[in-house]
Amino acid sequence: MADGAAKDRWDPGVQKYADMGYYNPDYEPKQTDVLAVFRVSPQDGVDPIEAAAAVAGESSTATWTVVWTDRLTANTHYQAKCYRVDEVSGRPGEYFAYVAYDIDLFEEGSIANLTSSIIGNVFGFKPLKALRLEDMRIPVAYVKTFQGPPHGIVMEREYLNKYGRPLLGATVKPKLGLSARNYGRVIYEACRGGLDFTKDDENINSQPFMRWRDRFLFGMEGVNKAMAETGELKGHYFNVTAATLEQMYERAEFAKEQGSVVVMIDLTIGYTAMQSMSHWARRNGVLLHLHRAGHGTYTRQKTHGVSFRVIAKWCRLIGVDHLHAGTVVGKLEGDPATTRGFYDTLRDDHIPTNPANGIFFDQDWASLPSVMPVASGGIHAGQMHQLLDLFGDDVVLQFGGGTIGHPLGIAAGAEANRVALETVVKARNEGRDFLREGPDILRRTAASCKPLEVALATWGDITFDYTSTDSPDAVLTASV
Amino acid sequence: MYLRHGTFAYLPELTDDEIAAQVRYALLNGCPVSVEYTDDPHPRNIYWEMWGLPLFDQDEPDGVLAEINDCRATFPNHYIRVLAYDASLGRQTTALMFLVQRPANEPGFLLTRTEGADRRQGYGVRSYATSASTGDRYGQE
Repeated sequence: MADGAAKDRWDPGVQKYADMGYYNPDYEPKQTDVLAVFRVSPQDGVDPIEAAAAVAGESSTATWTVVWTDRLTANTHYQAKCYRVDEVSGRPGEYFAYVAYDIDLFEEGSIANLTSSIIGNVFGFKPLKALRLEDMRIPVAYVKTFQGPPHGIVMEREYLNKYGRPLLGATVKPKLGLSARNYGRVIYEACRGGLDFTKDDENINSQPFMRWRDRFLFGMEGVNKAMAETGELKGHYFNVTAATLEQMYERAEFAKEQGSVVVMIDLTIGYTAMQSMSHWARRNGVLLHLHRAGHGTYTRQKTHGVSFRVIAKWCRLIGVDHLHAGTVVGKLEGDPATTRGFYDTLRDDHIPTNPANGIFFDQDWASLPSVMPVASGGIHAGQMHQLLDLFGDDVVLQFGGGTIGHPLGIAAGAEANRVALETVVKARNEGRDFLREGPDILRRTAASCKPLEVALATWGDITFDYTSTDSPDAVLTASV
Repeated sequence: MYLRHGTFAYLPELTDDEIAAQVRYALLNGCPVSVEYTDDPHPRNIYWEMWGLPLFDQDEPDGVLAEINDCRATFPNHYIRVLAYDASLGRQTTALMFLVQRPANEPGFLLTRTEGADRRQGYGVRSYATSASTGDRYGQE
């Protein structure tokens, strides 16, 4: 019992985290461990191994000094273990630290609990300049404690009776200021013109210019009129985000009673509220759309925060049916390889390790329903072949400005997008090289479709070509 | 009205060659194809009548086209659609669904409203055609 090493470990005072067992290069992660990889930027003079061990310590059992009460627990079971530290290629002073957490550290089915550990105090830890959670492996044993998406891609398609192509949507613009009556007009025109969905923007809740109840009533008038005119199911994502969960339930119930097939929430409501709404959506047969409002504050910069691929994993566990995941070609941040990794994470059942796409671990979802990714922000009909090539069929393509800004009107804008989409899908299925021939295919179709012709003339050559800030640092070098 | 139904609802009617190309795409992806018909095109009418069982184990579209043509001959005034089915694990649902025939005259749908309290409305979509009995909705066959 009283051998030298063990005695040192429990000497009162401050000890190195690495010496207290938070770094163990011989540790072999168990199938049931939660794994995380952090990008650690130690302060000058701080040993990277010790910094990585500190991350493991501060995100699990450790405090700044030795406490004897650790000895009342099976402390080596509960302490997280950093088992690998790699230099980040081409990024001096940055290290990938791999940390294993025993599943017993986390409450079943609670993202709030998981995140309080993994991204809790540790992100403010002084010996680090910066810290970023790059990826996580959620073990199947933990996955199975979550409900997951209320419906998932397959059920959504069966519910809407729409197959074999991406779904189309548009966010009502302007974002703020429209009265309920004018707002419903945009919904009606966009849906009757050929879109499947329209959408509230993230900051449309219940402001003085338009209260939620009025928006829902006029919106459903538009949705239902469009269904009767086209013979297709339509939906509008009514944003039920509010100050309290009670208000959100009230709004969601009202949307459901008025026959809406879908409601929407913002990421800003927090993980617990999201999980509550996910359970509500499953219970009530209503699709749940999530707008990732605010994520750019902590996902975009490489050195600090949480990668969106981790947020995507949490959102799949929390359970949403739609999640905005980037467009690559649109106006918002989106490196192609990194975005591919997000889409795989949301849609596939097994995602293999793929450093080129920023995926650090194999992830099995064990038949957890999949999430329909949403591509929204600065995309237009002239990019349809690129969008289909990038994302395939299981995606909602949302053209807000590209529908509502159409010179011939909103319905014409919607029709242009729908015709462009279907003509590219048809060409793909016919075995044509639709990516290369895309501009030609669209031009030929536009010859007999005035709305598409005008759309291509208006936006055909608009691109947003900027360097991405969040690209994978794919090539891993040897361990430190 | 012009019914919007299926994957290619906004394109001109597919020719038989174009239908064959889509069927070939389904078969190449391992999806059996089936043919269904209806005279009730309500958007929530999921279960159109099956023109026989799904056509399993086909290599070429010819057999499917023959079934489509038989269905057309029997029901010249019905809606007819082709579906491809993806039985792979994790999907197990329809992969593709498109119209191959529509009636010459499509009367469309009535949006019904039932006024309730506090400005609520109960909406319904009713097909004008279904006010006639089945088989007599789009002309005698």
